[in-house]
Amino acid sequence: MSIKFLSKISFAFVTVALTASPVFAENVIRWASQGDALTSDPHAANESPTHSASRKVYDVLYYNDKDMKMTPWLATGHKLVNAKTWEFSLRKGVKFHDGSNFTADDVKFSIERALSPTSDLKGDISSIQEVKVINSHTVQIITKEPNPIMRNQLTNVFMMSKAWSEKHKVTQPQDRAGKQETYAVRHAMGTGPFKLELREPDVKTILVKNNNWWGLKTYPHQVDKIIYTPIANQATRVAALLSGELDFILDPPLQDLDRIKNTAGLHLEQTAQVRTIFLGMNQGVKELLTSNVKGKNPLSDQRVRQAMYQAINVEAIKKKVMRGYAVPAGLITPPAVHGYTEALNKRRPYDVSAAKKLLTEAGYPSGFSIQLDCPNNRYINDEGICQAVVGMLGKIGIKVNLSAIPKTLHFPKIKNRETDFYMLGWGVSSLDSHYVFNYLVKGADKGWNGTGFADADIDATILEIGKEVDFPKRDKMIAKVWQKLRDNVNYLPIHHQVIVWAMSDKLDIPIVADDGVRFIYTKFKK
Amino acid sequence: MIAYIIQRAFQALAVMIVVSLVSFMLFNFVGDPVDNMVGQEATYEERVAMRDNLGLNDPFLVQFARFVGNAVKGEFGISYRIQRPVADLIAERMPATLELVIASAFLSVLLGIPMGVYTGIRPNSWLSRSILVGSLVGVTLPTFVIGILLIYIFSVGLGVLPSFGRGEAVQLGWWSTGFLTVTGWKAIIMPSVTLALFQMTIILRLVRSEMLEVMRTDYIKFARARGLPNQIINFGHAFKNTLVPVITIVGLNLGSLIAFSIITETVFQWPGMGFLFIQAVGFADIPVMAAYLVMVAVVFVSINLFVDILYFVVDPRLRADKTVAAGN
Repeated sequence: MSIKFLSKISFAFVTVALTASPVFAENVIRWASQGDALTSDPHAANESPTHSASRKVYDVLYYNDKDMKMTPWLATGHKLVNAKTWEFSLRKGVKFHDGSNFTADDVKFSIERALSPTSDLKGDISSIQEVKVINSHTVQIITKEPNPIMRNQLTNVFMMSKAWSEKHKVTQPQDRAGKQETYAVRHAMGTGPFKLELREPDVKTILVKNNNWWGLKTYPHQVDKIIYTPIANQATRVAALLSGELDFILDPPLQDLDRIKNTAGLHLEQTAQVRTIFLGMNQGVKELLTSNVKGKNPLSDQRVRQAMYQAINVEAIKKKVMRGYAVPAGLITPPAVHGYTEALNKRRPYDVSAAKKLLTEAGYPSGFSIQLDCPNNRYINDEGICQAVVGMLGKIGIKVNLSAIPKTLHFPKIKNRETDFYMLGWGVSSLDSHYVFNYLVKGADKGWNGTGFADADIDATILEIGKEVDFPKRDKMIAKVWQKLRDNVNYLPIHHQVIVWAMSDKLDIPIVADDGVRFIYTKFKK
Repeated sequence: MIAYIIQRAFQALAVMIVVSLVSFMLFNFVGDPVDNMVGQEATYEERVAMRDNLGLNDPFLVQFARFVGNAVKGEFGISYRIQRPVADLIAERMPATLELVIASAFLSVLLGIPMGVYTGIRPNSWLSRSILVGSLVGVTLPTFVIGILLIYIFSVGLGVLPSFGRGEAVQLGWWSTGFLTVTGWKAIIMPSVTLALFQMTIILRLVRSEMLEVMRTDYIKFARARGLPNQIINFGHAFKNTLVPVITIVGLNLGSLIAFSIITETVFQWPGMGFLFIQAVGFADIPVMAAYLVMVAVVFVSINLFVDILYFVVDPRLRADKTVAAGN
C-alpha cells in the first residue's frame, strides 16, 4: 500500500467531512508565520509583526490600505488650521468592542499614551506638542514645528479606549524593568474589525469577527474566525501548509517556493517589500579599522566607492542567491516610498574593467583589504548575499574578510561606529523619503548613518524637508538629496526585498508591501 | 548519613552558583537586547536610557548580585521579548516539556529494554542483527532530520498526525495537560518518538552488552546445570543483574531530556521550555535565559544528589569505605 494510495483515502475522508459540514460553515483562516507579535499592547513595540497584529483589533486615524495608500479611517477629514495645527474630524457612530462610543477623548488619551516614556512609538510622533479636544468628534494636534507628514506618522498610532485603559490600569505601556505584567500585554479591546478571543503568546491567538465594526459596509469581508500559530521552523511551517493544517503562511522559505507552486490547491502571491538591502561604507574616518591601508581611508575616495558599486553584479545575486525573488536597486529606498523615481533607481552598469580602472586611478591598482560585517539572521539570505559580494569584490583586487554574526551583535556595531563596511536593510514606515534621509543621510556621531557622511548643505535641506508644507517645493528638495546621494555613492544598493505569501486556493488575500496581513480584503472562493 | 547528605547539598549549592555565574558571563556575548526592544526610530539617547532603566549599564558583578538577590526571592524579572514575568512563563511551559519527556522516557524504556534483552540472549539471530542495524539510525541521524522525516511521512504524506503544536490542552489547576484529549494524544506521538529514539538506542545497547556479560558468568552456568527453565534464567537471574546501570543511565538521561528537548520542541513547535529558551537566545532575552539555565542546573543538581543518595543507600561498600577513610 503506497503513501499515495493512503493519502488518496485520507483525502476522500476529508472531502466527505467537508461536504457533510453544515451549509453555514464558518469561514476560518488558519495561518502561521515565523514569530508571534511581541505584545498585544499596541504602543509597546514598534515592530511590524506587532503592528500587524494590533491592526486587526485596533483602528488608526489614517490607515495604509492594501496598496499602501493612506486612507482616512477613524479620522474622516483634516484641515490645516495653521502651519503647526492640524484639525481632524472623527468618524461618528464608531463603537469599541465593549459597546462604548469612540470619541475625541480616546484620541487624546491614545496619542498621549503613545508619547509616554515606556511607549516605543514616541520617536515616530515626537513632533507632537499637544492634543486638544475641540468637541466630541473633533481634535486638534499641535506640532512643535510645521509637520507635512503628520497624517502618515499617525498610521501606526492605534486608538485605545480611555475608560478601558483606566479600568485595567494600563494608561501606560509595560515597563520592562518592572515586576508585574500589565493587563494590556495579553488583552486587547479596540474598535477594529476583529475581537481578540484568545491570546497565548508564542502558542495560539484566536480572533473573531466584530459584527459591529463601522467599516463592514465598505469592506464587507467574510472572515468569521482567524487562528494564528507561530511556527518557528521553516520546514515545519511549509509541511503544515502542504498537509492542509494551515490555509496561509506569511513567510515561506525561498527554497520551497517551487514546491508550493507545484502543489495543487496552493498558490503564491509576491510583491516588492518596503525594505531595501544595501551596504554602507565608512567614508568619514581618517583610517579604517580593518584595512591594510594605513594613514588614509580608501573609502573616502568617491572613485573607490564607485568601483565597488560597479564590481557588484546584482543580477547574479538576484538569480543565484535570491532565486529570482528580488528587485535590483539603484536607490536605497523602494518604489512605495514618496520621492522614489525610476530614473533614480537605474543602476550604474556592472563593469569589472571600468571598476578596475577607477581603482587604479584612485591609487589602489592592487586593491586593499577590508572587513565586511553582515547579519546572519535578519534579512532574507543576508549571509549569502555578503558571501557573493566578497567574491565579486575579489575580482577587482579588494580582499574582503566576511564577518557574519547575529543581528543582536551586528546592529550595535553600526550604531557605535565599530565597522568599516556593513550590510543594512531599511524599511520605511512613514513611506516618505524624509524618514530615510533623517536616519541614513544626515550626519551623526551615533545611530544608523554609519557612513560618516556629513554635508552641511544636505543636512540643512533635510531639516527643511521635515518642515516644508509646500509639496512641489518639498519634492524638489527630496530629489536634490537623492541625486547627491547617487553621485556621491554613500551606499552600495543591492536590492529591494521581495516578499512571498503562500496560501490555499480557497482563499485570496492580497499581499501588502509592508508584509502585514490585511484580512479585511480576504475573498473566499467557493 | 545525614552528614553525607548535608555535604552533598552544599556541593550542589556551590555548583548552582558557579553555573549561574558562568551563564551570566556568557550573556555578554549574545548582544544587545535593547536593539530588539525598541524600533529602529529610537534615538541613541532613548537606547541609553532604556539600558539604564534595565540596569544593563551596571558593572557585571552588580548585575549578577542583583540577579542572585532577586532569584533567591523567586523573582526573575520580566521577559524583554514578550513582556511577561519569567516565572509565569516557565511555569506555563513546564507541563508541556515534562509531558513530552515523560512520554518519550516511557517509550524508550518500554521499547529499549525488551529489544536489549532479546539481542543479548540471541546475539546471532537475524532479528537481533536487524534491530542493531536499525538502532544505528537512532544514534546517527540528527533529531531535526528525524522530526522532519516523520512530519513529511505522517503529516504531509498520510495526513494522519498534526505537524505542529500540542493539540487541545486541558487545564487542571495550574497544570495544562494534553493527555485528556484525542488531539493531544495525536500531537504527542511524533515529538515523543523523535525525542525517544536516541535514548532508546542507548538503553538497548546498554542492556544488550550487560546481558552478554552476565550470560557468560558462572552463576548462569550453574543455573543451567541445575536445569532451570530458560525463562527463569533469562529474566530471574540475568536481567535483574543488568538493571543497576540501566536505572542510573535512565535517571541521568531524564535530566538531559528535560534540558535538551530544545530541538524537538523547535521542530514541532511544541510550546515547552526549550522552545522558550531558543527564542530567548535569538532575542538576547536575558531574564528568560538566566532563569532557564538556573532551572536546568537545579534539575541536574537535584537528580545527581538523588542518585548519590541512592548509591549510599544501595551500596554498603560506600558506607564502609567512608568510615575507613575517616579513620574510625
